[in-house]
Amino acid sequence: MKETMFIDPQRCIGCRACVSACRECDTHKGYSMIFVDYIDRSETTATMPTVCMHCTEPTCALVCPADAIKQNEDGIVMSALKPRCLDCRNCVNACPFGVPKYNTAMHLQMKCDMCFDRTSEGLMPMCASVCPTGAIAFGTYEQIVPLRRTKPVNAHVFGNQHVETKVYLMLPTDADEVTVDGCGVFEGRVALEPGHTATGESWIDTQVENSDKSNEF
Amino acid sequence: MSKVEHLEQIIDRFGPHLHDEPWGGWQAGRVIDRVVPTHCPYCGVQCGMNLLVSDEHVVGFEPRYDFPVNEGKLCPKGVTAYLQTHHPDRLLYPLIKRNGNFERASWDEALDLVTSKFKEIQSKYGKDSIGVYSGSSLTTEKTYLMGKFARAGLGTRYIDYNGRLCMVSAAAGNNKAFGIDRAANPWSDIPLAEVLILAGANCAETFPILNKFLWQQRDNGGRWIVIDPRETPTARQGDLHLQLKPGTDVAVANGMLNVIVREGLIDEEFIRNRTNGWEDTRTMVEKFTPDIASQISGVPAKKIEQAGLLYGRAKTGMIMHARGIEHHSNGVDNVLSYINIVLATGKIGDPGRGYGTITGQGNGQGGREHGQKADQLPGQRSINDPEHRRYICEFWGLPEDELPQAGVSVVEMFDKMREGEIKGFLSICNNGMVSLPDINNIRRSLEGLEFNVNIDFFMSESSRYADVVLPGTTWSEDEGVTTSAEGRVVKINKAVDPPGEAKEDWWIINEIGRRMGRGQYFQFNSAREIFDEMRIASKGGKADYFGITYEKIDKQNGVFWPCPTAEHTGTPRLFDNKEFYHPDKKAKFHPTEYFGADEKPDEEFPLILTSGRVVYQYLSGNQTRRIGFLVQQCPEPYVEIHPETAQKLRINDGERVKVISRRGEGIFPALVVRTIRPDTIFIPYHWGEQLAVNQLTNPKLDPTSKIPEFKSCAAKIEKIHSRELPILGKGRKGASLSEVQRGK
Repeated sequence: MKETMFIDPQRCIGCRACVSACRECDTHKGYSMIFVDYIDRSETTATMPTVCMHCTEPTCALVCPADAIKQNEDGIVMSALKPRCLDCRNCVNACPFGVPKYNTAMHLQMKCDMCFDRTSEGLMPMCASVCPTGAIAFGTYEQIVPLRRTKPVNAHVFGNQHVETKVYLMLPTDADEVTVDGCGVFEGRVALEPGHTATGESWIDTQVENSDKSNEF
Repeated sequence: MSKVEHLEQIIDRFGPHLHDEPWGGWQAGRVIDRVVPTHCPYCGVQCGMNLLVSDEHVVGFEPRYDFPVNEGKLCPKGVTAYLQTHHPDRLLYPLIKRNGNFERASWDEALDLVTSKFKEIQSKYGKDSIGVYSGSSLTTEKTYLMGKFARAGLGTRYIDYNGRLCMVSAAAGNNKAFGIDRAANPWSDIPLAEVLILAGANCAETFPILNKFLWQQRDNGGRWIVIDPRETPTARQGDLHLQLKPGTDVAVANGMLNVIVREGLIDEEFIRNRTNGWEDTRTMVEKFTPDIASQISGVPAKKIEQAGLLYGRAKTGMIMHARGIEHHSNGVDNVLSYINIVLATGKIGDPGRGYGTITGQGNGQGGREHGQKADQLPGQRSINDPEHRRYICEFWGLPEDELPQAGVSVVEMFDKMREGEIKGFLSICNNGMVSLPDINNIRRSLEGLEFNVNIDFFMSESSRYADVVLPGTTWSEDEGVTTSAEGRVVKINKAVDPPGEAKEDWWIINEIGRRMGRGQYFQFNSAREIFDEMRIASKGGKADYFGITYEKIDKQNGVFWPCPTAEHTGTPRLFDNKEFYHPDKKAKFHPTEYFGADEKPDEEFPLILTSGRVVYQYLSGNQTRRIGFLVQQCPEPYVEIHPETAQKLRINDGERVKVISRRGEGIFPALVVRTIRPDTIFIPYHWGEQLAVNQLTNPKLDPTSKIPEFKSCAAKIEKIHSRELPILGKGRKGASLSEVQRGK
């Protein structure tokens, strides 16, 4: 499969059509595998969709004691294999992007598998199908990138960890990689003005997190 | 008598309850018997979607990639729309209220009661003592039928529709300036525009799929100028955000035109040959220098200057607006002030050069064309025009003296109920107890009625006041056409039969008309028969549907009206030849003076309250407040407050505060955000009872369009002690009234 996902946060309008549509995939049983978060609702309406980035060397698979998380030949990182999953949640804690969720009811880790239900049959993933703005796009590099004015980046630096991903982030900068320092602060973040003590936390974040938790218990 | 006596039992029985899974539960590998191509039941974009039918139940959706407008894309309301069809709250049989309780009745019993009561009231108080209130989420067939039903069936002058609360200022403005009421350009023109002006249009939340075209325009190198008191997601993504005080649009638009004139960016040839009235408008905008416009609107003069230059210098450009500028007591002036910019620069009638309102409701366009408006007959004809009256009366076979004169707008209709002039009421496809301004007064109107009939598929806040509730159909159980906000007539297709004893809305109206003894006008056996009659009724009118057939719609993925003949393929761009619809084929300028909102902030009420929408709810919420996913994302209304204002009032984020206006008050959690002006607060409007912002809003009407001023009134905020808090929200923040009362 030459197609992959392109995530362009500046286009995201926070509508969560992707979250609702993800539930419709047959094997998800009504659970959504995608998350949309406010960046900092007290300051801005900006939102960010999170799908599995499908790492070339997936951290979730590396930390799995039961070897339950497999990559297929296209580099798609699949949900944990049910017979093997030990409920240990190593993957949930280790993923640098915070993607896998543990579903207590089903005794299983579940995560975005780039809509294997649909892509294996030649259909577009649900999230990319419905996304109004193209913040989540599915296609080949050659199809998507020439249409955009943003730069595809698939190298991420988390402190000492370098991660390369199958999924691209589309950035409005010249950066070649996304760097997050040891404190989890994204480089280039605008410093708050002195004396401004906003925590960046709003109750609406909690509301959103709680609704996301329908997939995590 | 129409009081609500047992609210708790009614909510317990009819909801809103949350429902969040397809019929039969979430299943893998279900056998799909049919895929039914149709459109979304919600907003004016009318996205294509496929409904999946299994065992005669709607069990899901599949993107309709081949429909050109949305190419499979949907917002969360569209994705979850199918959950309405088999919702446990559906009304399955007719209900008659006895001793305050809704009791099951047969269709004959209910319809006989309706007709005997209507006859009794009309014989006692005259024909006009019955009011009919319709809506624009109905298919065009039904909206046509509603107009015919009121005039030919009941013989009352009092009919109006909920588009009166939507875009009617735009309709009035368009008729004044262009002589016709339809968006001038198809949306496929948007990507061709160098500059877009989006005024009072939070497209991200209210027309999510329109963002496809907006971002295509952006990818082509285009720019957006967004005019909105809040930093909405659309404003955030735009290039230039003019964050004005609510109600000051005229000043901003005149200021921009002032800059355009000053810089010589007007199209003199177009003005000379294709328009009338430029001199008065030019004189009017002279005084609106960027500095003056800035003083009035609070937008920095530099930004007004930049916006004027950006749009004025661009070769192509489009201006689009929505409820933000229309919901004002000077809504028509707001609209006309933007049209003046379009006309002065001649940016109209070409690819990428155009204008349009973004109509809100699914059939907001079609619903305002064929006679359910107080002063309208089919085909955008006028009920005041003798020639138009003659055509319709001849076609219907109705003696001309039996065709009533123009009625009044819906807000005035509710005034007439309180004044005792309207005694009986039939409503369909609306929920005034949420969506009308000053609902405490609306409640008094409904309570004073002698007889009140409501048709709906869920028990709405307004249905609770009815004496008879008749179960209608959702969009998935009937067929018919709607007209999207770009003027494209599309076809809604039937997926399954109505549940229980529910009946198609047109059958119900047809049946009441027949039982009223007016059977000669109501002999319809299908939606198609109504459509075929409507086509002829619209023939020769401005909104001419005569050449449109169900088959042509299927073949062409929709047909843009006017489409006067069988061979005609429709009219995507209205003014291609620069000819307008006034008798001299010229467009008209209208000088717009600035008056501002009816109620301006003062010492007692120092803040400006504006209301609006969130992406997860649709209009009065009667459909969406029952869908689990949507309610989880936005369970209750909140009040957006700027941190400076919050600090002055010592209000924390999330704290419940009392918001008070001259008409009412409500308790809402504070969302403290820098994305709103410090002098303005915002509350979304989709909820009823104690959660309704419309307890506070100002019912002042625009003198021309009769739209209420939802978008601006004076208000204050009071801190409250926790012991004053209602029990609401006991279980969790945002628990809805129904959940609390179910003991959840």
